[in-house]
Amino acid sequence: MSHTVLIADDEPNILISLEFLMKREGFRVLVAHNGQEALDQIANETPSLILLDVMMPKKTGFDVCQELRAQEAYQNIPILILTAKGRDTDIAKGMALGANDYMLKPFSTKELVQKVRDMLGSVA
Amino acid sequence: MLKKGLLAQRLVGWFLLAVSLLNFPLLLLWDHNVTLWGIPIFPLGLFIVWTLLILGLVWIIERTPDEE
Amino acid sequence: MLSTTLVISVAFSYLLLLFAIAYSADRAASKGRSWINNPWVYALSMAVYCTAWTYFGSVGRAANSGVWFLPIYLGPTLAMILGWLVIRKIIRIAKTYHITSIADFIASRYGKSQRLAQLVTIITLIGIIPYVALQLKAIANGYQLLTTSLNSSPLRSAHWWQDSTFYLALLLAGFTIIFGARHLDSNERHEGMVAAIAFESIIKIIAFIVVGIFVTYYLFNGFGDIFKKAQALNILQGLFNFNTATNPLAHIQWFSLVFLSMLSVILLPRQFQVMVVESTDEHHLKRAVWVFPLYLLIINIFVLPIALAGLLTFGLGQGNPDQFVLSLPLHSGHEWIALIVFIGGFSAATGMVIVEATAVSTMVCNDLIMPWLLKSSTFGLHKRNNLTRLLLWIRRVAILVLLLLGYSYFKLAGDAYALVSIGLISFAAVAQFAPAFFGGMYWKGGTERGAWGGLLIGFAMWVYTLMLPSLAKSGWVSTSFITSGPLGIEWLKPEQFLGLTGLDNLTHALFWSLWLNTAVYVGLSLWQRPSAREASQALLFVDVFKRKPHAAPVFWQGQANAQDLINLLERFLGVARSRSSLKAYAARYHLTLDSLTADAQLVHFVETQLAGAIGSASARTMIASVVQEEPLELEDVMRILEEASQLRAYSKALEEKSLSLEKATAELRTANEQLKSLDRLKDDFMSSVTHELRTPLTSIRALTELMLDDPQMEWEQREQFMGIILSEAERLGRLVNQVLDMAKIEGGHAEWHTTDVDMKAIINQAATSMSASFKEKGVLLQLAMPDTVMILKADADRLLQVMLNLLSNALKFVPAQTGLVTVTLSDDPTGITVAVQDNGMGIAPEQQALVFEKFRQVNVGTQQGTGLGLPISRQIIEHFGGRMGLRSELGQGACFSFFLPRI
Repeated sequence: MSHTVLIADDEPNILISLEFLMKREGFRVLVAHNGQEALDQIANETPSLILLDVMMPKKTGFDVCQELRAQEAYQNIPILILTAKGRDTDIAKGMALGANDYMLKPFSTKELVQKVRDMLGSVA
Repeated sequence: MLKKGLLAQRLVGWFLLAVSLLNFPLLLLWDHNVTLWGIPIFPLGLFIVWTLLILGLVWIIERTPDEE
Repeated sequence: MLSTTLVISVAFSYLLLLFAIAYSADRAASKGRSWINNPWVYALSMAVYCTAWTYFGSVGRAANSGVWFLPIYLGPTLAMILGWLVIRKIIRIAKTYHITSIADFIASRYGKSQRLAQLVTIITLIGIIPYVALQLKAIANGYQLLTTSLNSSPLRSAHWWQDSTFYLALLLAGFTIIFGARHLDSNERHEGMVAAIAFESIIKIIAFIVVGIFVTYYLFNGFGDIFKKAQALNILQGLFNFNTATNPLAHIQWFSLVFLSMLSVILLPRQFQVMVVESTDEHHLKRAVWVFPLYLLIINIFVLPIALAGLLTFGLGQGNPDQFVLSLPLHSGHEWIALIVFIGGFSAATGMVIVEATAVSTMVCNDLIMPWLLKSSTFGLHKRNNLTRLLLWIRRVAILVLLLLGYSYFKLAGDAYALVSIGLISFAAVAQFAPAFFGGMYWKGGTERGAWGGLLIGFAMWVYTLMLPSLAKSGWVSTSFITSGPLGIEWLKPEQFLGLTGLDNLTHALFWSLWLNTAVYVGLSLWQRPSAREASQALLFVDVFKRKPHAAPVFWQGQANAQDLINLLERFLGVARSRSSLKAYAARYHLTLDSLTADAQLVHFVETQLAGAIGSASARTMIASVVQEEPLELEDVMRILEEASQLRAYSKALEEKSLSLEKATAELRTANEQLKSLDRLKDDFMSSVTHELRTPLTSIRALTELMLDDPQMEWEQREQFMGIILSEAERLGRLVNQVLDMAKIEGGHAEWHTTDVDMKAIINQAATSMSASFKEKGVLLQLAMPDTVMILKADADRLLQVMLNLLSNALKFVPAQTGLVTVTLSDDPTGITVAVQDNGMGIAPEQQALVFEKFRQVNVGTQQGTGLGLPISRQIIEHFGGRMGLRSELGQGACFSFFLPRI
């Protein structure tokens, strides 16, 4: 059974490219255009992994992270933060709120795929 | 003494004026055998100058703000 | 003619009234309610200047020589003009160093010199005796005139024990002792005496005005009448001008009289006593300096009318002009008026005698007797415990002796001279103090040797040119030395010294004595450097205003025992008084009575307290006898002064430094806050720019990699990806341009091409270039503009940029197909307004303030802005002095508008 990846990003073009990439790698893909939509999607169907943008309207990636980790059911979903903000403080904040790893935008698609597979492997 | 401020300067100035008014040669201005209101002009002039000097002193000393 | 009993009992009652006043004032003072602590009493006490001489002598002088009675009162007026500067300094010095007499003042200034104090006292004593005699003479003559019939010749008693004047002298001595030497005060202040003196000043001016009005308006018909009658009898001839024909040096004589009285009003012992020693508050001087001259003016108004009336009544050359004030009312039969006048004159005389004798007795006791007592071991001064009673008795005896000396002079020489001439002899004597006194106040270079030499030669010249001739003219010395010079040496003639002729006696004597006095004072002072003690005292006197009383440097070094000092103080001041003053001292330095250390400060304090009781020179001697002093060298003085000023400068510098440090800290803190917030702003900006650059790059990189990974990708897919890449690249380009644009505008490096701008044309141009985009989305663009609008001075390209930004923003937020954007242009005399209204969803109130901030875009739909368009637009509008604003409600669309003023 293939893993389901939730991609949350407010940039449609990034969403398009990530969706294409993940589908090519054989994952099922769910998309969300903002933080609230991401939480709704997760409540609907628990994904195997979340690719989470930080700067989103209506609940940021950080908010999503925090809310998920506050619930028992979602404690262990791997979260990969994708951020365009290069500051150390932003990264540290994301990790502290329960993200498993992060990648700086713009990222290499190969590295992203590798990281996603590693994270899924370690959970499984 | 002159750097002491306005009051001191005014007093010194008034003193110098008083000394000159009450001595030669300004005193000669009154030194005539003329009478005014029946009074010889010399003593009358002296009393008038004297009065004015005191009035001026009153004004200076009571109206000038004291720096101290 | 009044009965002897009546006159004596009235005079005696008056003296009792005076005593009652003095007694009550003393009582009030001991209860803390000072009667004399106000400027009016102070000014009235100064009027002790007007003695019997003024009362009787002025009229006499006016009758003989017209306006020549006036210089004696003009001089004090001049002195009072400078009083606030000069007398205040004297008061400050005297109060700071407990100086209680003019002898003490001069001696203290020149290193607390004992011989100087003695010389000044002797000059005062000899100089003042004629003056006291004058008062006795005035009262005696007045009494005689009142109690004998007008035409009988003056009766002179053969023996002193039959002479009423002798008993008058004793009576006055008794009263002076009661007023001035009842108890000992370390400040020599006498509340009761001053109150009585002020009262006497009121009595004498009222009495004089009464007789003046009586003579002028009762006996005659006013000023004009008297002068007219005098004119008719040719009495005025020569009285009211300078008569330079007969006296070519009249102006110099006039000047010397003004000058002499100007000095005397400060240097006479009684004036020094009331003005300086009895001063309760130096600020009273401010009022007194004009009230006192006014008093002098008023008391002189009726002098001329009375003098002329006397001449008119008794005939030129008839009657004694010195007695006109009494003889006029007596002659017309108004004996009660005469009695009032007598009491006025009596009060003038007694006032003078009481204050003068008190002042002189202090000097005689402190500066003549004490040094002698302190030296004589036989007197056992070192063994005796309480010396306050001894001090008092010395003073009482001194008062008695002074009055007896005055009586003797009156008996010997009194008849030969008019009142005024006697008084002027005394004036000339005290004028000798002027060089040393005023020189010492303003010149640090004056030395003891100079003061001593100057005073000695000045006094000698006074004796030779003024005193001896006056005695000779009284018949007690042969007059031959006056007419032909001593031993027949012509050029030594006392009234034409070195052949100087043409001046009157007084001016001649005054010139020689003061000239030689000043020359020797200055010359000897410059001859040798001052000693350490002289230099230190000079500093304390001349610079008295530069320091606060307790901040003055103490010029003393050596070793002392606190108990010895306290014992010394108790012996001269009594236990109670010395204890209370030591307590005050201890409190000032936060010590207790038992923990007093015998440092320079304490030695200085005890010495100052002693100086108040026995004079500074004697105090110096006493202190030196109980402490081990190290001699003070000039270098020590300079060092102590240096230390004091360094300490002062140091503490001042510290204060300034800590103040400026505080200020600098505050400034730094503010600057730091600003830097921090600037840094945060820059950090935020950089972070935002980074985010905005990375976001399009992310899509571009990812899609490019996807296409590279899959050469077999379908064309449609590839075309979509490449379209996205292109639009993201364009977005990047826009962003870079706008960031640069923003940076330029904010940094002030932007180029502005200001030309005449027609806003209507710009809106049309913007609408045209956006029309394709609007059409594509199906949005209607409406323009509402007047036919013509004012021409502005602005940059057309920049305003076009603003319009394009607003239009594209509006386009972003309106719904497709139903969207409507309306541009309204209006103008009024102040400028033009452009509004861009859309029918989008509007902007929430809390977001409205944010839209003009950088990178605070409100994201909707797929169209991405850079977040810099609105901030840049606003910067542009504000550059031209305009305002940009936003009005919006959620669901009602948004209206961006800007206003540009006409410049």
